Amino acid sequence: MSDLRTELKKSIIEQLNLEELSIEEIDNDDSLFGDGLGLDSIDALELIVLLEKDYGIKLTDPYQGKEIFISINKMAEYIETHRTK
Amino acid sequence: MSKDPYFISQYVGIKNTKILKNAKLIFSTQQDSEVLPFLKEVYKKVGLNYPKYHKMDPLCKLGILATSVLLKDSDFSNETALVFSNASSSLNTDLRHQQSIENIVSPAIFVYTLPNIVLGEVSIKFGLQSENAFFIEEDFNPKLIYEYTELLLNSKKAPSVVCGWIELKNAEYDVFLCFISKQGEIPFTTENLKKLYLFENE
Repeated sequence: MSDLRTELKKSIIEQLNLEELSIEEIDNDDSLFGDGLGLDSIDALELIVLLEKDYGIKLTDPYQGKEIFISINKMAEYIETHRTK
Repeated sequence: MSKDPYFISQYVGIKNTKILKNAKLIFSTQQDSEVLPFLKEVYKKVGLNYPKYHKMDPLCKLGILATSVLLKDSDFSNETALVFSNASSSLNTDLRHQQSIENIVSPAIFVYTLPNIVLGEVSIKFGLQSENAFFIEEDFNPKLIYEYTELLLNSKKAPSVVCGWIELKNAEYDVFLCFISKQGEIPFTTENLKKLYLFENE
C-alpha cells in the first residue's frame, strides 16, 4: 500500500518537475491542487498521461480527474481498483 | 509623433556558461556547457525563488533568467513591452514534442511549442500587461529591434521596453536583452545595439 504512494510521489515529482519538493515533504492527504502542491491545469493533463502510461488506466472524461487527483491517498485508492498493469 | 530620447539603461548577455550584465561578468561556471545543467546551476546561484521555472522549457528558462538579471534593481512599470527575436524559434522543444508523439504526447512539452510562450512566462513573472512581439530572423537584427521598439516608445504604447535576442539551438544558447527607458547613459540607437551585441560575443 505505502509503496504505491511512495512510487506516486516519486513519479509526480519527476513528471511534473517539482524539483524543490522531496517525497518526505508530501503528505498522503495533502491537496495536489490549490493550496497544497499548487499544481495547475497542465499538471492535471500530465497526471492523466501518468495514469495511462504507468498503470494502464485511460480516463475518457477529463472531469473524472477532479475526483481522483485530490490527494496521493485518493489517487492510490483509484489506481488500486482500476489498474490494468 | 514626438520623439523623446531613450537609452539602453541595462543590458544582459548569456552565452557559453557566462552571464554578463552591463559588460560585467556576474556569473560563470566551468562545470558544464550543456544548457540544462547550466540553467539549473544559475537558478540556484542567482537566487531565483520561482518553482514554476523548473516546469518551463529551456527557452523560457533562459528568458526568465535573463530578464530577472536584467530587471533586478530596475524601475520598470507593468506596461513595459517585450520585443524578442531569435533564429530557431521553439525548435528545441518542437523536436522533443515530435519525439514524444511516438508514445503518449506530453501536454507539458506541447504547451512550449511556440517561441512567443517565453513572452507570456516573462509577463506572468513580472506582472506585465503590455505589448509584446517575437520575431524570427536569421541573425540578430538590430535595425528591426530598434525600429519596432522605437515605434512602441514614440507612439506611447509603452514607457519602456525589454528587447533583444534569445536564441537556443541544440545545446548552444545566445541571449542579449536590453532594458530601454528614459534613464541611462547609452543612447538607444541601432549602432549601439549592434556594438553591445558584438561586445557580448567577443
